[in-house]
Amino acid sequence: MSSRYTFGGDEHIFVEVNEEMSLEAFFKALSMTNAVRNADIRGVTEICPANASFQIKFDPDLIHPDDLMSELKRMEEIADKEEAVLNTRIIEIPVYYQDPWTHETLMRFRERHQDPEATDIEYAARINGYDTVADFIQAHSASPWFVSMVGFVSGLPFLYQMVDRKRQIQVPKYLRPRTDTPRLTVGYGGCFSCIYSVRGAGGYQMFGITPMPIYDPEQKVNYLKDFLVFFKPGDIVKWKPITREEYERNLKEVEANTFSPRIREVVFSLDDFNRDIDGTNAKLLEVLNAG
Amino acid sequence: MPVNVKSAGLATTVQDLGRPGYYHLGIPIGGAMDRLALRAANMLVGNDEGAACLEAVFMGPELEFTEDTLIAITGAELPPKIDGEVRDTWTTLKVKKGQVLSFDYLRAGARAYIAVAGGIDTPANLGSRSTYAIGALGGVNGRAIQPGDVLPVGNASVTVSEGTTIPANLRRGPDKPAELRVLPGLYAHRVSERSLDRFFQDTWKVASEADRMGYRFQGGAPIEFVDREPPFGAGSDPSNITDACYPYGSIQIPSGTEPIILHRDAVSGGGYFMVGTVISADMDLIGQLQPHTETRFVKVNMHTALSARRERAAAIENMRQALA
Repeated sequence: MSSRYTFGGDEHIFVEVNEEMSLEAFFKALSMTNAVRNADIRGVTEICPANASFQIKFDPDLIHPDDLMSELKRMEEIADKEEAVLNTRIIEIPVYYQDPWTHETLMRFRERHQDPEATDIEYAARINGYDTVADFIQAHSASPWFVSMVGFVSGLPFLYQMVDRKRQIQVPKYLRPRTDTPRLTVGYGGCFSCIYSVRGAGGYQMFGITPMPIYDPEQKVNYLKDFLVFFKPGDIVKWKPITREEYERNLKEVEANTFSPRIREVVFSLDDFNRDIDGTNAKLLEVLNAG
Repeated sequence: MPVNVKSAGLATTVQDLGRPGYYHLGIPIGGAMDRLALRAANMLVGNDEGAACLEAVFMGPELEFTEDTLIAITGAELPPKIDGEVRDTWTTLKVKKGQVLSFDYLRAGARAYIAVAGGIDTPANLGSRSTYAIGALGGVNGRAIQPGDVLPVGNASVTVSEGTTIPANLRRGPDKPAELRVLPGLYAHRVSERSLDRFFQDTWKVASEADRMGYRFQGGAPIEFVDREPPFGAGSDPSNITDACYPYGSIQIPSGTEPIILHRDAVSGGGYFMVGTVISADMDLIGQLQPHTETRFVKVNMHTALSARRERAAAIENMRQALA
């Protein structure tokens, strides 16, 4: 697979590994950005991995754009040889699906939606061929998800479903973006799930809400003391459906700063995953649920 | 020496030269939209060029000074008044303890920079005092200033003579119509050749949605896309891509209708194709565009982009020399 290189003005190089989303494209983008970081190239100021692409910001006073471009192309050969194995972590994220707050918000923006008669999750269930919303929630929460990009605003994770392509959920974004989304909404657009880290505009369908903060500019939340952003690309997430009572309980724990997410260290191999998707996922969940 | 905020203006924020290094997490560089104007304001009061100033958009705040000090207003033609008396922009001004700085109505441009000797000394987050309201970083508690705020100011180190001024030929604002130089690229191949030519021929107008995150434009012809089978993950609209990073200055055209140029508080990524990127030398100009301003996008190559960048660096150096 050969990437497409292009300049974003005189300060950015944009590399599209593949037009299509796939874990292969994500791993290659991640491996190339790691290679660029390790090479410590003079003039490189920002290294931003994305789902199936990445972007390098540089200072053209320190390195000529053409020189950096050649250097990046050389790194692609190295990245192609690299084994797609990642030492990472799996995190359980509680989700209160069909909560009253995202419901109130989605009702306010019905005229911007494809199906004003249904809720976002009813619409998503129907167009993905699920008979009931409960079946859809089961599909959304049963398998793990890969954090394939962090960005948009304030540490928002994009998550890619770890199932074969024919089982992947796909939902279009709103016809016109909303001007409001509750903080910590679990959303969906295209083939990606996301968590809105802060309140604000958004175009993804809204399925539910998590009580777990993932961005804290004051760094007071116990698991965000070291850094204000929780997620990084390569994290693996398992959604855990919770009831209103559990949500309220989690929220109290968050307020008392005693909430701590369940996190386990795992090794993820893309080859193993491609050989046996369900088996690999089962092993990941076994690690998450042990002890 | 604190400064008391009596009225806030429209959206007056503390800004410096920004916080590079966190874009990969969706935290943009931020900082002054017109960086040359911020540098000039700081030079005029003897500050480091990157010290924090107030960035006022369209309308100025009212500020009361609690000690004698030096101030300077640059960028937009937003005439300052000290105790009601109109004074010059781009000039070192003396204010006395108890005096109030206010502003007349906007004559030209969009954003004025207010420097105070010693620099605004609100707490820094991630290495910068720049206000990024979406992420609640920098500024006064992560937000724009409000009446009743008391802004801390650092200690002034160098004095500059009252009346020192930046010569008119070294100031910079947009022409009429405004011209923004663009390096085509990124996903320009998604657009038909004829439509891309048209994009650069049309005269666009700044829309009302124009802020620190991005500037939207209207009035040009809708984009004609090259046919394709939507790639998995991109979405069905011809303007969709698999969500990717957005360069600062990149021009996205959601649904092919209204171009948006991302600016200092850019969202770091998303699912819309981009047709090219405004060159670094012209980013400052965007911050001075008012809604309804006629604007043309001028196609340039990398060679031109780099020489324009050198010209901007030389202009800043000339400014330093003029004040030395």
